[in-house]
Amino acid sequence: MKLLVNLLKLPTFVFSVGLLLLTIFLALLGPFFYPIDVISKVGPPYMAPNAEHLLGTDNLGVDMVSLLIAGLRSSLYVGLFAGIIATAVGTFLGVYAGFKGGWIDDLINMVTNLFLVIPTFVVLILISASLTEGRSLELIGIIIGCTTWTWTTRSVRAQASSLKARDHIALARVNGAGTLKLAMLHILPYLLSYVFMVFIIQVATGVAMEATISMIGLGPFDTVSLGIILESAMNNDALNDGIWWAFIPATVLLTVIVFSLYTLNTSMETVFNPRLRK
Amino acid sequence: MLKKYPTTRYILRSGGWYFLTFLVAISVNFVLPRLGKANPVDIIIAKHGAGKTQHAIQVKEEGYLKEFGLVKLDPDGAIVRDADGKPVRSSLWSQYVSYLGMCLRGDLGTSFMNYPKKVSEIVIEAVAWDFALQLPAIILGWLLGNILGALAAYKRGVFDYLFFPLSLLVCSIPFFAFGMLLKYQFGIVWPIFPTTGGYASNIHYSFSWEFFSNASYYYFLPFMSIFPVLLGGYAIGMRSMGIYELGTDYIRYASYLGIKENRIISYVFRNAMLPQLTGVALNLGNMIGGALIAEIIFSYPGLGTTILKAIQGQDYTLIQGTALLVAIMIIAANFTVDIVIAIFDPRVKAGMAGA
Repeated sequence: MKLLVNLLKLPTFVFSVGLLLLTIFLALLGPFFYPIDVISKVGPPYMAPNAEHLLGTDNLGVDMVSLLIAGLRSSLYVGLFAGIIATAVGTFLGVYAGFKGGWIDDLINMVTNLFLVIPTFVVLILISASLTEGRSLELIGIIIGCTTWTWTTRSVRAQASSLKARDHIALARVNGAGTLKLAMLHILPYLLSYVFMVFIIQVATGVAMEATISMIGLGPFDTVSLGIILESAMNNDALNDGIWWAFIPATVLLTVIVFSLYTLNTSMETVFNPRLRK
Repeated sequence: MLKKYPTTRYILRSGGWYFLTFLVAISVNFVLPRLGKANPVDIIIAKHGAGKTQHAIQVKEEGYLKEFGLVKLDPDGAIVRDADGKPVRSSLWSQYVSYLGMCLRGDLGTSFMNYPKKVSEIVIEAVAWDFALQLPAIILGWLLGNILGALAAYKRGVFDYLFFPLSLLVCSIPFFAFGMLLKYQFGIVWPIFPTTGGYASNIHYSFSWEFFSNASYYYFLPFMSIFPVLLGGYAIGMRSMGIYELGTDYIRYASYLGIKENRIISYVFRNAMLPQLTGVALNLGNMIGGALIAEIIFSYPGLGTTILKAIQGQDYTLIQGTALLVAIMIIAANFTVDIVIAIFDPRVKAGMAGA
């Protein structure tokens, strides 16, 4: 509770949470305030913004604001999905390896280091390119999550191994707690704030990563996302024709999501790491 | 072993480690495309086979199967057939062995889109452009970012108030989105810079002043789409490292001794630089990958554009070959950073690092 009070005293924290909530509200409640669907054509292709259609239309004549709302929702969803998987897998492996030590630690460490170097991007391209059908939002989230867990593992492992020499661990062990129970009940709670900060960054990575692979035509088949909007703007020469509403709003939304998550992360860091305070 | 030369030992050890990583990357590159249900040869035949006779299709299919190493060959190089005359598929293991052999010989197969051009030729041509684009951006971004970050950490105050959120904002923009904004503003709204390609179409690819001056004109926008983002990222890292270092006892002691400000900054800089180097190594994969996508916006003739074309044309050998080359690039970049660390980190010289 005291932590929350401390956090709320920080203007950057309040600002970033506000910004993030704003994007979430826009994504979830947008359709109620702006009831135009993303299927019907409401005008000619790339119609300029007007009073009725605030940001004009896309290359098919679909209303841009409603596309952006739907895209924002998909992007946040993919980010959250990827972030949860990456954080869960990464934290579990990291805590277990750091606490257990020995050959299991060496093995997990080796695999982590290997996949830290082999770029997520390459793995993503190879997997997505070999799946010719059924590339849903969830699947893309899973793929991103399964390829970005490595640095969570690495940083959590370092923290966990520094905790294992504490007295309360020895006490719990004497009381007969098993390794898994020790790791989950006696190590993990100490790392929760740290894990939460890692999670925030992983969500940001997931959002950006989805947009990136959508740009090269490997995005979801069945839905709009911010990346898909940008891809179609690029493929239909919106840039060369000066149709700013086809890509600037999507770029701004993408940046706002990532920026608010980064700011949230740094503002929490100033609370958890006293040295950074002024 | 090599106890007297800790630096060499460190470099050799990490070199061996990266070689192992390289082998894993090759294996990943072999396994992942085979997970999908679609067999690339079937897709190609379905695409190009229309309007041809049954026999012509069969000859073509067997040619591809042979080239991919998907069928068994007898010592003369002819396809081994079963009783019905159908080619016998080779086992996954022997496919893997022949794939490994090809990779180590530098043979990445033949591109389908640009038949009969070799994949290795295409990617080598493209990778030169990426070197020219990314290497200066990464090095300059790192140096300038570190200097700005150290200043922000030391001065704090107004400089920091403005500078820190700005850096955070800039590095929240994905490379390609930043590239789009730049292209729109400086290529379309104000047509100052060219927006597509690596050089003008009426100029020949040669070692001449004319070519280089033209290419650097085309270079500006793609470079600017990755440079500020990198700069911002490194500045943020350096800022928090710097703040951490400034709080340490040795810096307090130095300032109580009345050592000059510049001197103290240089101490902070030296000590914070090493974690920053490790930071580069950790981030290289995402950075290089992201920058490749930014090229696409400008149709810059590097690997990113090659990947896009390969995906659009479902050219599996080219996708695989490009992906492998990107992986090799990143592994090589990591190894280079490790060597630089080995040279500058006094702990390596003392034989402590990695121990």
